[in-house]
Amino acid sequence: MMRILLVGNPNVGKSALFSRLTGTHIIASNYPGTTVGFTKGHLKLGAERVELIDIPGSYTIEPSSKAEEVAVEMLKDGNLIINVVDATNLERNLNLTLQLLERQTPVIVALNMWDDTRHRGINIDVAKLEELLEVPVVPTVGVTGQGIRELIRRLPEAKATKTTHTYSDGDERWTRVGNIVSQVQSLSHRHHTWYENLEDASNHPAGGVVIALLVLFATFWFIRLVGEGIISYITEPLFEWLWTPLLVRLSLALGPGSFWHSVLIGNLIEGKIDYFQSFGLISTGFYIPLAAVLPYIVSFYLALGILEDIGYLPRLAVLMDTIMHRMGLHGYAIIPTVLGFGCNVPAVMATRILESRKQRFIAATLISIGVPCAALNAMIIGLVGQQGGQYVAMVYGSLFLSWVIIGLILNRVVKGFNPELLVEIPPYRLPPWRVIGEKLWLRVSGFIKEALPIVLGTVLMVNILYIFGLFNAIANIAAPVLTGLWGLPRETIVALVIGFLRKDVAMGMLAPLALTAKELVISSTVLAMFFPCVATFVILARELGARDVLKAIGIMIAAAVIMGSLQNLVL
Amino acid sequence: MTIQQGGQLTLAQMGIGQTGTVVRVLGGHGLIRRLDALDIRPGKKVTKISSTLFHGPVTLRVDNSQVALGFGMAKKIIVQVDNYLPDSLGRR
Repeated sequence: MMRILLVGNPNVGKSALFSRLTGTHIIASNYPGTTVGFTKGHLKLGAERVELIDIPGSYTIEPSSKAEEVAVEMLKDGNLIINVVDATNLERNLNLTLQLLERQTPVIVALNMWDDTRHRGINIDVAKLEELLEVPVVPTVGVTGQGIRELIRRLPEAKATKTTHTYSDGDERWTRVGNIVSQVQSLSHRHHTWYENLEDASNHPAGGVVIALLVLFATFWFIRLVGEGIISYITEPLFEWLWTPLLVRLSLALGPGSFWHSVLIGNLIEGKIDYFQSFGLISTGFYIPLAAVLPYIVSFYLALGILEDIGYLPRLAVLMDTIMHRMGLHGYAIIPTVLGFGCNVPAVMATRILESRKQRFIAATLISIGVPCAALNAMIIGLVGQQGGQYVAMVYGSLFLSWVIIGLILNRVVKGFNPELLVEIPPYRLPPWRVIGEKLWLRVSGFIKEALPIVLGTVLMVNILYIFGLFNAIANIAAPVLTGLWGLPRETIVALVIGFLRKDVAMGMLAPLALTAKELVISSTVLAMFFPCVATFVILARELGARDVLKAIGIMIAAAVIMGSLQNLVL
Repeated sequence: MTIQQGGQLTLAQMGIGQTGTVVRVLGGHGLIRRLDALDIRPGKKVTKISSTLFHGPVTLRVDNSQVALGFGMAKKIIVQVDNYLPDSLGRR
């Protein structure tokens, strides 16, 4: 099948263009043998169905990070390149264009963000640019879809110009770029827009902090409001009206206490099915992922998508840079960290954007210790929140403290260097809802596909182990740490062990134990810290290597033992 | 702090809002290449937009884009500032 690649600098509206070019069936995948993600879709070219791949954004085809290396590697597999150029930043973007033209693959240029050129006072002579580059140039607006038909219509005109564009070195290429720009672009008077004023405010040190705090507060409020809203108005009523009547009938048919009743429905609590406590495969096993966790997955990724696509995260990176340097990282590490609040797996993968091995080790370890994923968050808010908001605050306060302290220590202990921040700050843009919607769908369906089977498998295993009484043996071994240091009843070990598989299920297992508020705080903090879930573990091992993953886990266990004991003493 | 030749300051030393032309990037091949990819290279007009406390990142504008870079990198970028007045030497 013919394969078209979408190539361009970061922040040039590539994903919006991608979403306009392809239909609804978009797949997110990783480049073979790596954890660098890209998205793939299809489009119709006449009668032919061709593959379209969105290559991660890059400024040059001379890579400077692991992620960029993969982007360059992927260039070899394409039959045609759509080079997405930011029309408001012609010079820098054309440097990549000329590099692409030096290769053999046919190129067509999409002059994107075309609508933005007017208020910025930029006039570009498209015909002249096309003449100079010797490949088709089509003005486009990815967000509205303007120019997309024309782009598709002219795809067959794309061509390779290898013979005419070769430059002995980078300086010669820049000279040519300057030459082209001076021939095709003229600048006129421009107006300052209201969001440019906002940009200036968030660059200001004090203004930046105020805005960051507002954004952070608004984000938490939004995630909570949307998450709780979906639970109380959609998922809970659905379970109550549709699923409960079926389960009640099944329960009667199987008879409480029978083997299949214990496995499928679990224990009846005061004669009723309790979705948090019964712990059957199709009662709690369905309820936790679909009714309790999914709403928070939706609300978190919706908030994250908006923050990503309006261009806020790089600003947060700048603001956090000084603090992050104390922890052996630089500001950009805040981006994988924020991702971790959704799921630690993509977060650990995203540590690849950091340049040094020291940074990647520290970032990945800190994420695994101090950043609970959306599934765990949903359960902490749901379960600990029943005892009162202050207890939820204690859990997150302890996690944040561990994150900072361990970071400070690791910075001194881990050998290696910590390069400085170098990041483009894109202009603020209105949220492209279409892209945000598609990204949300990819992430939510990813959760359902990947997490649901593991949740069900875990619940099933728990039930079988219970029936055979295997947990008693484990509980006896772990009792000294558990009761001695953490002051937890010995049954909680079962939940902590299960935490290795799924932390949300583990939290669910704490529900029937009738723990006090203090015990709940300690057990959820320890659960979040002491070990990564199996999916994160696999990715950690792949990213860090066997030796470093063992070190990281040693740090996690030590940190959990210390923090749990401190909580037991102080609370 | 190194005093540069007439009218030349490092990006770190420049005042906020000050504009100038990049003369040279001190530092290794890697840094020069990474900055070059972002169109920060000798001959380019840059404006310092902001700096942060405790020697945090410096933000500059080059053409229509903004780039934030660490203070250490900012110290390695030598800029010939516009509207140079001798008494502004060494001003931050």
